[in-house]
Amino acid sequence: MQLTVWTYEGPPHIGAMRIAASMNAVHCVLHAPQGDTYADLLFTMIERSERRPPVSYTTFKARDMGTDTAELLKTRVQETYDRFRPDLLLVGEACTAELLQDQAGGLAESMGLPIPVVPLELSAFSRQENWGASETFYQIVRRVLHAQVPAPGSAPRAPVSERCANRRPLANLLGATSLGFRCRDDVVELTRLLDSIGVDVNLVAPLGATPADIARIPEADFNCCLYPEVAASACGWLERMFKQPTVKAIPIGFGGTRDFLREIAALTGIDVSAAVAAGTSRLPWYSRSVDSTYLTGKRVFIFADATHAIAAARICSEELGFKVVGLGTYSRELAREVRAAAARYRVEALITDDYLEVEAQVAALHPELVLGSQMERHIAKRFGVPCAVISAPHHVQDCPARYAPQMGFEGTNVIFDTWVHPLMMGLEEHLLTMFRGDAEFHDEATPSHLHSPAKARATTPETVSVADSSPAADPAPAAGVVWSPEGERELKKIPFFVRGKARRNTELFAAERGIQTITVETLYDAKAHFGR
Amino acid sequence: MSGAAAADATLVRERAYPEPLREQGQCEVFCGLSAIVWLHRKMHDTFFLVVGSRTCAHLLQSAAGVMIFAEPRFATAILQERDLAGIADCHDELDLVVTRLLERRADIRTLFLVGSCPSEVIKLDLQKAAERLTKGPLGLGGGGRVKVLAFSGSGLETTFTQGEDQCVAALVPELPRLPAGERNLLVLGTLADVVEDQFRRLFESLGIGPVHFIPGTDTHALPPVGEGTIVLFAQPFFNETAGLLASRGARLLNTPFPFGVEGTLAWLGAAARAWGVSDEQFERVTAAPAERARGSLGRYREVLAGRRMTFLPDSQLEIPLARFLARECGVELLEVGTPYLDRRAMQPELDLFPAGVRLVEGQDVERQLDRVAAERPDLTVCGLGLANPLEAQGLRTKWAIELVFTPIHGFEQAADLAELFARPLLRSAALKV
Repeated sequence: MQLTVWTYEGPPHIGAMRIAASMNAVHCVLHAPQGDTYADLLFTMIERSERRPPVSYTTFKARDMGTDTAELLKTRVQETYDRFRPDLLLVGEACTAELLQDQAGGLAESMGLPIPVVPLELSAFSRQENWGASETFYQIVRRVLHAQVPAPGSAPRAPVSERCANRRPLANLLGATSLGFRCRDDVVELTRLLDSIGVDVNLVAPLGATPADIARIPEADFNCCLYPEVAASACGWLERMFKQPTVKAIPIGFGGTRDFLREIAALTGIDVSAAVAAGTSRLPWYSRSVDSTYLTGKRVFIFADATHAIAAARICSEELGFKVVGLGTYSRELAREVRAAAARYRVEALITDDYLEVEAQVAALHPELVLGSQMERHIAKRFGVPCAVISAPHHVQDCPARYAPQMGFEGTNVIFDTWVHPLMMGLEEHLLTMFRGDAEFHDEATPSHLHSPAKARATTPETVSVADSSPAADPAPAAGVVWSPEGERELKKIPFFVRGKARRNTELFAAERGIQTITVETLYDAKAHFGR
Repeated sequence: MSGAAAADATLVRERAYPEPLREQGQCEVFCGLSAIVWLHRKMHDTFFLVVGSRTCAHLLQSAAGVMIFAEPRFATAILQERDLAGIADCHDELDLVVTRLLERRADIRTLFLVGSCPSEVIKLDLQKAAERLTKGPLGLGGGGRVKVLAFSGSGLETTFTQGEDQCVAALVPELPRLPAGERNLLVLGTLADVVEDQFRRLFESLGIGPVHFIPGTDTHALPPVGEGTIVLFAQPFFNETAGLLASRGARLLNTPFPFGVEGTLAWLGAAARAWGVSDEQFERVTAAPAERARGSLGRYREVLAGRRMTFLPDSQLEIPLARFLARECGVELLEVGTPYLDRRAMQPELDLFPAGVRLVEGQDVERQLDRVAAERPDLTVCGLGLANPLEAQGLRTKWAIELVFTPIHGFEQAADLAELFARPLLRSAALKV
């Protein structure tokens, strides 16, 4: 058993629902008990979807279990087909149904419906949402394309550059889903970007695709695996079966987008140097402008799905001049990639789906900015640290009405604005440090262009107090070590965002040397000792 | 004592209400676990540990809508593949989880183990686990430190608000015995603190007391129950608890629920009659607040009168709220759905129900939506999963879940309650986009 307060990912059948809800002419039947229909609201409320997700549930209850839940499933499958007439039907089980062992997928397959029925084995007690999405997308692709797989020994597919000698190359954009972070806008941005270098988009999937579109996947010259959490399995299979190459660079950030273009250039022989040079990103200049000097070395903590976490770390480090002090993901399937990225920034990757562990690390690291999911937004709020959401799971406020992609050159503009906005403006920060006694400039003051979370904090009963007095953030000092009043006063003059660390280091320093009372001298001795 | 008298008259009338239409199909309702979302806010010293799957954890955070609380007093012990291998294992695992949890939260004085669909299917006996945790080697019960209890919130057994019924039912054996010759009034159902205080003042003015509200904030100061106990239901979903209290000798009052002026008068009136309060005193205490409530209702009656409304099944509040809207706000009811029809609880409400309303028990959401699409009500009360898709069809909706989170009981909230239904209509009239 795993004690869980909040969960980053839902169970795997939520992933299956996301695929169904992304596509057109696909319906999903879930063998699930009454109550599991709650999942509909994720789509209709978070994404403000105008249609119900195309999912029907058996909603069995105790009394059905006395009779025949398998029969109930068959009834629901038939009713669903009759009512919705989809081109393809997914059939899966939520956790409780898996325990009943009705073999929902097999049963539905045996009903002889005149459409492809794709049974899903979702492993509810060991897997999670993104795996469920990946598995569902892969099964759909396999099912729709298995008849087209070239026979062994048939003529090999020509290299992309040869295939495209007399026409514009065709690309598939794979992995965008409903409830994915900014997928809606990312595919628009990338379609424009590809057009600008002379590449046409064959199709986007699963977002907006029909089963008939899936059947056209092999027509493209290559696939762009935009969100490996969802599309890596399918891309791998297409590579093996159809020798269809995959572009793996993730076009998030200025460097990421350029790498993406260069990878396509290498594959197709297109000259992208003009596009790379002319990129419509304002990020490089904004980042070099003197106003951004204050961003230098800002301590940033990143925790997200693997795709967005890795990209964010690179942007922070190479494009904004932040210092990455923590990097992690809840995407266990891509832990290796995140570990490799973390090594580049000399931090240890945090691979966990336990929100409390993430919170403990934020408390220990004292970052000045947190980039994460909705969970990290709440962690950051508790600690009074600025935060921007960069990944699912996200909430309704992160599904903006405006065009706000993360990918491509426009994505870099959006990212610059959203990540820099929560921070204190440069001059303001200096004033804060210099005139701490001023009524307007004090430790608890928040950036003047933002709402004050300090007041909200005080009235929320269950929030823990912020900064270095927090018991959660700051373990009790080693036994016997006390602060002299002068030492304590001097400590207060240290900027609040590093004060907790200074306190802990000084106490550690004192304890190691058997110093009973921390004076001003001890504080500066410790500072010199730990100084970089 | 006009309100109470009116309620009396309806009881005498014994009008048989037409049988509801029973539907079976896909049910679009939450399971009983969702009740934890408001129960944990009310019961300050209590922790709810769901023993279930990732789906349960996901449901709880989705139903809560926003994850606003730093560390809420609920969590899920997620069953994993290896737990499903053998039950003996599960109990050891549960001990570990509970130990870890209580180490973190020294403030917890009552721990509920909450059963779920998967824990029921694998027949994990949480009742026994609770006893073991209290008396066994962990000895949590020692010195009265932590009380461990169990109830089921599974979707196999419960819909939505029935979770609260199951939780309170689990508390009933813990209630001390009321000494013979003494009497008290027990009010059942989670109420907002402000509403509780309003009712307390009214009961005090009526000379009724002691009055206890359950569930309350302190689970180690539970009210006594016995032959002298009179039970008044503030919510319509306490079927299980009602039976248990009756078997402890308590007298259950059957009355309309305290929604709107009429409902509140009837509800207070039933208590007053049972307590032996004089008509004059009842009139003196209730006249002013009732009049004030009628006055403030008037504004919304103008908006709501003549509007056609449909309730999809959700929280069991559908019938009492529909009665309020029809009789006090002039709403024309097309269809009123309810997850299940509890005759004992609902008869006084049904006696007041306007004729010709289509009453539907159970659900086939597809057919129900077909009817909504055909009739195009001015307002449809429904769950969050359905609201936006209906709005996109140009239909106005009211989220049903707001009705369990918002203070809507009693005189002072009568207008607020009406406003909840009027708001989507006023908003729709205001928008020019």
